[in-house]
Amino acid sequence: MLHDTSPLSVGIFTAFVAGVLWLSFRLGRKGQSAQGYYAAHGQVHWAVNGIAFAGDYLSAASFLGICGMIAFHGYDGFLYSIGFLAGWVVALFVIAEPIKALGKFTFADALDARFDSRGIKLAVAISTLVVSIFYLIPQMVGAGSLVTPLLGLPHWAGVILVGVAVTMIVVTAGMVSTTWVQFIKGSLLVLFCGVLTVLILGRGLAVNAGRSGPVDLAPQVRTVRPDGTVLVDGKPQGPDHDLRPVGTLTRLPERFGDAPSTGPLGPLAYLSALEDSTVVVWEKSTRTDAEGTHDTFTPRERPAAELLRPGGYFKGLAGKTLAGRLDFASLMLALFCGTASLPHNLIRYYTVKDAAAARKSTVVGIAAIGGFYVLTLYLGLGAMTSGALDPTDTNMAAPLLAKSFSETLFAVISAIAFTTVLGTVSGLIMAGSGAVAHDLVENVCGVRMTDHEKVRVGKLAAVALGIVAMALGILFKGFNVGFLVGWAFNIAASANLPALVMLLFWPRTTKQGIIAAVTVGMIASLGWILLSADTFEKVYGLPGSLAPMPFSQPGLVTIPLGFLVLVVVSLLTPPPVPARR
Amino acid sequence: MTEGEARGQRTAAPASRLGLAMFGLYVLLYGGFITLVLVRPDLVAERPFGGVNLAIACGLGLILAAVLLSVVYMVARAGR
Repeated sequence: MLHDTSPLSVGIFTAFVAGVLWLSFRLGRKGQSAQGYYAAHGQVHWAVNGIAFAGDYLSAASFLGICGMIAFHGYDGFLYSIGFLAGWVVALFVIAEPIKALGKFTFADALDARFDSRGIKLAVAISTLVVSIFYLIPQMVGAGSLVTPLLGLPHWAGVILVGVAVTMIVVTAGMVSTTWVQFIKGSLLVLFCGVLTVLILGRGLAVNAGRSGPVDLAPQVRTVRPDGTVLVDGKPQGPDHDLRPVGTLTRLPERFGDAPSTGPLGPLAYLSALEDSTVVVWEKSTRTDAEGTHDTFTPRERPAAELLRPGGYFKGLAGKTLAGRLDFASLMLALFCGTASLPHNLIRYYTVKDAAAARKSTVVGIAAIGGFYVLTLYLGLGAMTSGALDPTDTNMAAPLLAKSFSETLFAVISAIAFTTVLGTVSGLIMAGSGAVAHDLVENVCGVRMTDHEKVRVGKLAAVALGIVAMALGILFKGFNVGFLVGWAFNIAASANLPALVMLLFWPRTTKQGIIAAVTVGMIASLGWILLSADTFEKVYGLPGSLAPMPFSQPGLVTIPLGFLVLVVVSLLTPPPVPARR
Repeated sequence: MTEGEARGQRTAAPASRLGLAMFGLYVLLYGGFITLVLVRPDLVAERPFGGVNLAIACGLGLILAAVLLSVVYMVARAGR
């Protein structure tokens, strides 16, 4: 769909981004030592750190991806919310306090705390880079999706914009500015999503999204020709001839009689009324011929109750196939285990002064993140019935929902979504640059550096990672960001969690066991993803039936595999020397 | 103390028993929900509480349980 841009939107957006960058430059002078650059001197207040956790964690996947998935596929998007939050339980009850005592700057510091092993540092640094890069992809894709309707720029321009902005944030002040960007973004995101939810409930539900006349149920076809020109229903796409926005109800519950809308509803009454309504969902099918690629969007009226139960996105659940069920179980396991193994989350434990502050900041983070995930249900369902969805882009559901209320709210929500990307990407680039400069260059290669040089190498690494992120963001255009982030969780959970948990709870763990578990977990999960049906279909453009893996999400196999490898290798190698008391 | 000895002593403080007990409780809740979705997806479409179906009630319940358990944990561990 083509989207109008308004000076107001551009103005608000520019003010937000300029404000964030100004803050970053202002704080820049505070982060010039290695301790300041990588860990914000370990002096961040626990409450600020807690909200920064939320700012770090609530990425484009949580906001844009989940809302879009709920809007287009119903309840299954909410399963991501449930899984993402559940992972914080592992972080709080198992990981938070011990890891604070172990590390200094990076995740590799923690895993290597009992050993002095270049092998551990190398394996964990590579795993940190792989996870961070996989997590970066959806953030950059989300940034590209946002700027198209907001600023009228192409997808690639959005990716470049966020890449440059975030690299500047990280390079200026490292963890100090990253913390404050994440704090501001986390606060604004939860606050404005709360405002949007109040507006959704205040508007209630309406047939045809409140428009007069019957719902237009004609299919729509978008053709992209080989020369790049776009046709809609056979005619050139333009402001006067474009795809229609979608997402409507065709019938309200009988208890509302002939009324076209329900009027304001409470949180539970909203869900209940929707469950008894009939909704129009748009299914996409694609074919390619000599004229180009044809995307056909076909409307289908369905009882909303069918969309408020599992199986809308995870088709295997509805079809009851074993592979489909295993795929679902595997993803939910990866989401549960992945949060506590994401390096960019873990390094935030080094920015507070002690274990008690780490615990308290995690609780604040869980409260903010949990509150936000409850809101995602209303945002997604509100978008589903807003009559404002772009059928070509699931990631735009939340901003377009805001646009259905007002242009100003659209600009604010889009700007917040953009800072959402900035906050998360800064954390990822910080984790990646620490892995390169502190783990690889200093500890693995043994390059002796002054404090100033450590910071400079970290900044150079941040620039390089920013460039890689931009390239991948352009390459993966069109993917649902929630789906993409599932890959990062699988790899993090498979490579990092077994080593971390066993290091904390099994004294017999050896350095060889850790190296083997991280390496095998990372390679196995990455290899599984690259050979899965999802990747065959969505990345290689090949039939999913050709993929050798029985299901797409690897965690169910590769997480236990990581534990198994660690135990076997540890038992086969000499036990670690016990600490002298 | 040598560098190696210092390293050997940098062991983590173990997670508390209360934390592990709460973790176990949440695993049961989360695992129970996933099992229910896998084994009886038809059951979660039921509406035992009137308006909201079991799938949504369980989802919201799991999120609220995580927040509640974390607050209880923070209060119980205050000052440590």
